[in-house]
Amino acid sequence: MSTDSESGRSAWQLPATGLARLHESLRKAGYQVIGPQVVNGAIVLRELSSADELPFGWGVTLAPGGYRLRRRDDDAAFGHAAGPGSWKQFLHPPREQLWSARRTADGGYSAAAAPRGDAKLAFIGVRPCDLRAIQIQDQVLGAPSHPDSAYASRRSSTFVVAVNCTEPGETCFCTSMGTGPQAGPGYDLLLTELTGPDHVFIVEPGSPAGEAMLAGLEPLPADPSAVQRARDGVTAAAGKMGRTMQADGLRDLLAGSHDATRWEEVASRCLTCGNCTMACPTCFCTTVEDVTDLSGDHAERWQSWASCFDLDFSYLHSGPVRSSGESRYRQWLTHKLGTWHDQFGTSGCVGCGRCIVWCPVGIDITEEVAALRAELGEPEAET
Amino acid sequence: MTMSQRPASYRVSQRRDETHDTVTLTLEPAGAPLESFHPGQFMMLYAFGIGEIPVSVSGPAGPAGLTHTIRAVGAVSRALCAAAPGQVVGVRGPFGTSWRESDAFGQDLLVIAGGIGLAPLRPAVLAALSERVRYRRITVLIGARSPAELVFPAEYGLWRDLGARVEVTVDRADASWQGHVSVVTQLIGPAGLDPQRTLALVCGPEVMMRLTARTLLGAGMTASQIRVSLERNMQCGVGECGHCQLGPLLLCRDGPVVSYHAAAPLLSIKEL
Amino acid sequence: MTEVVAAVLADHAFAAGLSGQHIDRLAALATLIEVPAGKRFFAEDQPADRLWLISSGRVSLDLQVPGRGLLTVETLGPGDELGLSWLGPVPRWQFGAVAQLPVTALEFRSAAIQALCDRDHELGYELTRRLLGAAISRLQAARIRILDLYAAPTPSARGPR
Repeated sequence: MSTDSESGRSAWQLPATGLARLHESLRKAGYQVIGPQVVNGAIVLRELSSADELPFGWGVTLAPGGYRLRRRDDDAAFGHAAGPGSWKQFLHPPREQLWSARRTADGGYSAAAAPRGDAKLAFIGVRPCDLRAIQIQDQVLGAPSHPDSAYASRRSSTFVVAVNCTEPGETCFCTSMGTGPQAGPGYDLLLTELTGPDHVFIVEPGSPAGEAMLAGLEPLPADPSAVQRARDGVTAAAGKMGRTMQADGLRDLLAGSHDATRWEEVASRCLTCGNCTMACPTCFCTTVEDVTDLSGDHAERWQSWASCFDLDFSYLHSGPVRSSGESRYRQWLTHKLGTWHDQFGTSGCVGCGRCIVWCPVGIDITEEVAALRAELGEPEAET
Repeated sequence: MTMSQRPASYRVSQRRDETHDTVTLTLEPAGAPLESFHPGQFMMLYAFGIGEIPVSVSGPAGPAGLTHTIRAVGAVSRALCAAAPGQVVGVRGPFGTSWRESDAFGQDLLVIAGGIGLAPLRPAVLAALSERVRYRRITVLIGARSPAELVFPAEYGLWRDLGARVEVTVDRADASWQGHVSVVTQLIGPAGLDPQRTLALVCGPEVMMRLTARTLLGAGMTASQIRVSLERNMQCGVGECGHCQLGPLLLCRDGPVVSYHAAAPLLSIKEL
Repeated sequence: MTEVVAAVLADHAFAAGLSGQHIDRLAALATLIEVPAGKRFFAEDQPADRLWLISSGRVSLDLQVPGRGLLTVETLGPGDELGLSWLGPVPRWQFGAVAQLPVTALEFRSAAIQALCDRDHELGYELTRRLLGAAISRLQAARIRILDLYAAPTPSARGPR
């Protein structure tokens, strides 16, 4: 065992084949293992039936409104940045039954909780930005305020294998948001991938469950020079971000931004399609729908993902409060980067860049923030 | 509380038609009653298979029964307005912030209601009247569209008997109306406002609340002495669905009762 | 009697900010009247020739609408001005006015006010400002009532539901 002299954490290493053993151990322990894999020209998150399905040797080229797979010149399993989906589709499913009810003879009804499967999830390949995104959603949907929710119970049984970032994408800005490229606490296991003559993973446990799982894999003590190479790789990644965003003081800046002319400018491009909210790992809004069968005797309440870009998202009395595209884009951005602080105590953005990549017209949130700063000036500088 | 909380069954024990499109339902719990509410809070009312809407409690706090005054403006509210005694309605709650009318102990309590806005204020009025001696003056100013659209008109006399000054005005009179005809803000001056020692509770359409607050501020009150009841699209009631946002506020949690000090800058932003 | 009139005028919201001298000059034109409930001040379409400053009671401005009856358009009370139509393009009463509750008021002949304003431009400016202010308040309130804020919401043509 080699101790990281700076933090006292223990570091181990696994060969690339260790991933298969990890996958198998997780399966044996009853987990449904989810991880990245290539499907239809993109790296998506899906159940892995074996570690071979990981996207070894695949990378991505990212741009505003652009995403392409490319072949890497090494065999890295995690040499790619955020794909179209995020882990929220598993912890906060796009469509979920909340409860069902049936009419009873006395004119009332009897309601039953929706069945909660006992499947427990294991995530392999959670990037630091996505790890923080999960924690942000925990704040909104999970134990802090809703300890009895389906989200909280799902979350408490989830095993997280995070992966440090050594190769950020062109649209990444986790450093600006303080969410990466080094993973913060909250993982069960943390991997840092090293390619080269030896394809190895530095592994650090982050919880008792992680330690137990790791012990079963019989890892070797990490070679100190490999540990150093891993640390250097992550440090270097911080300087290779494709984008930056000046995040300080955004809450106050955006609180006074409602009359900015920039909103009109971005609205002239925005299609209000809502892709950004679907791809964003922290967007959590849902809509509730009550349905019955044809007899009217059996009813169900369902919850499904909603977007503040939907025209009827803000419907009140006779029409939407936010009717113009301008007001809806403004709502999304000022919430994500501004009022999220007031509501939940942190920023809502983790710098993953998905909204930039998956916007069909390539609206870049870092560019919008820079433009707003330029138009509104720094709050302290106002005379 | 979470979104997966199932509505509790409550039975309609009484139903009263207030106006052509507004009904007051009194509900009794069919099983264990929900936690008791504070004036200003709301419940989510469920019509089986149709849907759920937020409705402020409109009756006195105390016994387990709940009173709600509902205006038929959509599928769910129409179904609730059609509910007959004995029918079961689903209820979740209570949710939200309250009027905290007792903050006006030793001072004047000024209640200004526009239209159906009197319904969420009624529990505060009744609570204050039940402890009349603890307040200086209690004044209730009521504005409505027309005499036929007044809510709880049979009670105004009782409120006067219990020690409130009640003034009523309508936007348009019918031939038999012998009272004020004006905007409700016209009633404020003649009521004799003591701006330093008044807590004002205002509820009605958003424009009416803004104009009323503007009049009160013009008469020397401060924004933190004025409380309004705000609404936005509400679905979960527990701060998870994101619909009820008004800037930094989640109205199911930080409202519906909001100090005008916090509300004023938000209400002045178009399409917020 | 003039002291009483001057005192009543000084107490009225209309006179707020007027100098003592201006109040005296204006009071000289006024008569203090008491009007029992049900008595009519004026009828629609008659020549508009007077202004009243209401001290107590309630006045109903009304209009006879065939099929709907005699409708009160607005009620005025203590602190309000009654009778502005003589300033308008057509100097005839647009509505009628009747005491709904017993009224005490100061009554002025509009011709006397106009003559006073012609002689004393400074006082004329003060009076015009106040009458304009009363008309603007009336207009703003009327516009709010036209919005029909308490009406049941109707789904907009653009809404999806």
